[in-house]
Amino acid sequence: MSKLVVIGDGMVGRRFLEAVTQRDPSWEVTVLCEEPRPAYDRVRLSAFFDGVSAEELSLASDLPNVEVKLGEPAVSIARTSKVVYTDSGEYPYDKLVFATGSYAFVPPMEGADLDGVFVYRTIDDLEAIKAHSEGKRHGVVIGGGLLGLEAANALTLLGLETQIVEFAPWLMARQLDEAGGGILKQHIEKLGIGVDCGTGGTKIETVDGRLRMETNREGVAYDTDLIIFAAGVRPRDQLARECGIEVGERGGIITDLGCQTSDPDVYAIGEVAAMEGMCFGLVAPGYSMAEVVADRLAGGEATFPGADMSTKLKLLGVDVAQFGAMEGPLSTTYLDPAHGTYAKLILSDDAQTLLGGMLVGDAEPYPLLRASVGGKVPGKLADLLGGGEIEGTLPDAAQVCSCNAVTKGDIMGAIHEQGCQDVGELKACTKAGTSCGSCVPMLKQLLKEGGVEVSNAVCEHFGQSRAELFDIVKVTGITTFSELIARYGTGSGCDLCKPTVASILASLSNGHILEGEQASLQDTNDHFLANMQRNGTYSVVPRIPGGEITPDKLIVIGEVAKEFDLYTKITGGQRIDMFGARVEDLPKIWRKLVDAGFESGHAYGKALRTVKSCVGTDWCRYGVQDSVKMAIDLELRYRGLRSPHKLKSAVSGCARECAEARGKDFGVIATEHGWNLYVGGNGGFTPRHADLLLSDVDTETLVRTIDRFLMFYISTADRLQRTSKWVEGLEGGIDYLREVIVDDKLGICAELDALMEKHVENYADEWKGVIDDPEKLQRFVSFVNAPEAPDPKIEFETVRGQKFPAGSTERSHATPVLLGTPSRLGTERN
Amino acid sequence: MQTICAFDRIIPGRGVAALLEDGTQVAVFRLHDDSLFAVSNLDPFMDANVMSRGLVGDRGGEPIVTSPLLKQAFSLKTGVCLDDETVALEVFAVEVLSGEVRVGVNSEVKASA
Repeated sequence: MSKLVVIGDGMVGRRFLEAVTQRDPSWEVTVLCEEPRPAYDRVRLSAFFDGVSAEELSLASDLPNVEVKLGEPAVSIARTSKVVYTDSGEYPYDKLVFATGSYAFVPPMEGADLDGVFVYRTIDDLEAIKAHSEGKRHGVVIGGGLLGLEAANALTLLGLETQIVEFAPWLMARQLDEAGGGILKQHIEKLGIGVDCGTGGTKIETVDGRLRMETNREGVAYDTDLIIFAAGVRPRDQLARECGIEVGERGGIITDLGCQTSDPDVYAIGEVAAMEGMCFGLVAPGYSMAEVVADRLAGGEATFPGADMSTKLKLLGVDVAQFGAMEGPLSTTYLDPAHGTYAKLILSDDAQTLLGGMLVGDAEPYPLLRASVGGKVPGKLADLLGGGEIEGTLPDAAQVCSCNAVTKGDIMGAIHEQGCQDVGELKACTKAGTSCGSCVPMLKQLLKEGGVEVSNAVCEHFGQSRAELFDIVKVTGITTFSELIARYGTGSGCDLCKPTVASILASLSNGHILEGEQASLQDTNDHFLANMQRNGTYSVVPRIPGGEITPDKLIVIGEVAKEFDLYTKITGGQRIDMFGARVEDLPKIWRKLVDAGFESGHAYGKALRTVKSCVGTDWCRYGVQDSVKMAIDLELRYRGLRSPHKLKSAVSGCARECAEARGKDFGVIATEHGWNLYVGGNGGFTPRHADLLLSDVDTETLVRTIDRFLMFYISTADRLQRTSKWVEGLEGGIDYLREVIVDDKLGICAELDALMEKHVENYADEWKGVIDDPEKLQRFVSFVNAPEAPDPKIEFETVRGQKFPAGSTERSHATPVLLGTPSRLGTERN
Repeated sequence: MQTICAFDRIIPGRGVAALLEDGTQVAVFRLHDDSLFAVSNLDPFMDANVMSRGLVGDRGGEPIVTSPLLKQAFSLKTGVCLDDETVALEVFAVEVLSGEVRVGVNSEVKASA
């Protein structure tokens, strides 16, 4: 096996590892990482102060044949013998890749090494800043570029009064012109952050236990508690210099367009690379380089496609974007100080070709404009500048996603040839929109252009989406399907709209789901309050809240299973499933279970399934909160809640996360100070980790927020849309969700709370509702004219001491070749 | 024709299973307009007697029942599967007499007609 050593585990290094293992997994890869933690999302670093944990910023993933040595920096390289040395080991290589990135530049200034002076680069830096800021009041950020504004944002989040000091005459001088910088300053000052441009620090000293920074302007000095240098970065090329690899005049390891250094077995990628002498301080060009080297190592001849230095950011709540050229023969600008927006387009001398531009305050036209650079101006200038309706089409060669170098042609190909139908599929197919996400609105537009009808209509009988039907039912107070379809639909309904409406009626607490006309709407599982299996028998799952069960109840389950000859299996949701029940036996089984204190577990419903838990503080030596009690409380609160799709949850008692809460629709993880709430997780076909919605909250806040999350989801999601897709589809994502259900931006929280209150009050066990009602009971028969005659077609065979549907072992192809392969039972759940 | 149950026993919009004297299993549906349809209870795709537990409705106006297992739609009038026209359910004759639902094999009806 050939050996590959990578020095540095940052964003670009990580992208490289993914690319190389995907193309050629035969490399034996060692990664030497100076930091104590694996790669993380440095672009989102300031989110760390907004409650996002270091773990959530992590980009680490298990990759085949890749070993990451954390906290073990490379210290020297012997290029003739091809070995990299660290303090504790030596790593021979066939190929070597530098991905060492940059370090924060600190200008030579007296006092720059004093206590309380920081740089802004790593999670360790941020942790140190956080620790130092406690109980402090004021901070100064040196630098008013991208990084400086990020740092200022961080200090604001820490509750410090913040002052930006920038040497250039205006903010973000590398991306904006003076007018743009002026509008940006106006926004930032409105947030209470001081901005002092055209000023440089000259000296830092300690005065009365605080810091004082003198400046080059006479009489201007800043007394503060903390100073952050965020005035730029420099390539970390020291190691390369020391082993004689060629570096640039202004730093950076010189490479050709194939990322190869002066040593043909050594490559450099990302911010440390000086490609033909030029360093790039953005992640997108770094990703391109990662792909280039991965291709080269797999025998290809890829070259760097050129960097798109376009940037779009939301800094301190202000949209800022720059794309293409900064200057050109013609330019046109629009300035609206009243609304704080500024737009500038750079054009060719005939005003036909778009060369570049910048946007401050409103970056909505950014995706279209950026993708149009080098082509025709995509619309009327007045519309483009002034926020009018924009309609324009892009040439196929236009790059839609600059992070992943995806063109419009690639996107249209994915739509027409690979049949991509929505943004999620486009992301999976082309990688477009998976990094910074700024092109997602463009993807939606291209789907429309590609003729993909994004129709949310429930079915041929209702032109409305599920969310619209929900609103109609809520507002009109309609309680029957027949009235709803007569007034708002056509025809007589089908297996799509009937269960959807049944679910909506149930979510709005309209009594037992088999009462009156509702009985005719329920999918077979809901109609029989059990899960139909492949041979027409059912499985029965009693609720076991939080997975906690007494020995006596365990014995009852065992007795019931024996009496009715049921196959038993522990489910993934910490409960017990009994299979093979005949329809005519269901009420008898429920009677025994209900008498023993069980109730329906709603395994059959698009409803809350289970809330899993670990054992928590009661028994576990690591637990920090009582996860079992929390899981039980949550499961009992939301039991029976009907929703657009099934809902799963879990509670973990500490950060070790034994309950796998982040794979759930809503997951709770205990912290030392309270609870973290995660939403939108999913196992299944497309796994997704849940997003952090709240951190360190008390129980009351936690439950109230989950109430609102669930009711907002139930009110607005599409049919069969899990929370993961729903959260992804929200314009503005998790931040928007937080604004709605925590900050009550839409003013609907009181209503969401009331809906949940009504659900909790009206909950009743559905099984009991049947066994106590003779009219409903008579539906549970094998034949209407022979109620107790068993269906002779239902036959079983015995495998591993239990019964299975006859023939199921043949179907499973359980040939003796595969040692110990379990025979499959048809247990597909919906 | 064989009597299987009282008409009121069937909920509008749902079906029941009936066992004929010769052992044939029939699914009988009452639609919301009180019309009745009877087809074989055997789901031909999964070989299980479940059709009576499917949801009824219409597709483009054609009355249908959907298999509760894999959700294929079958015409209640012809028994033909609308998702795979090579497959069909057997269709049975059904009528209401003095408030009782009666079912018979189609050939029987034809013979007496």
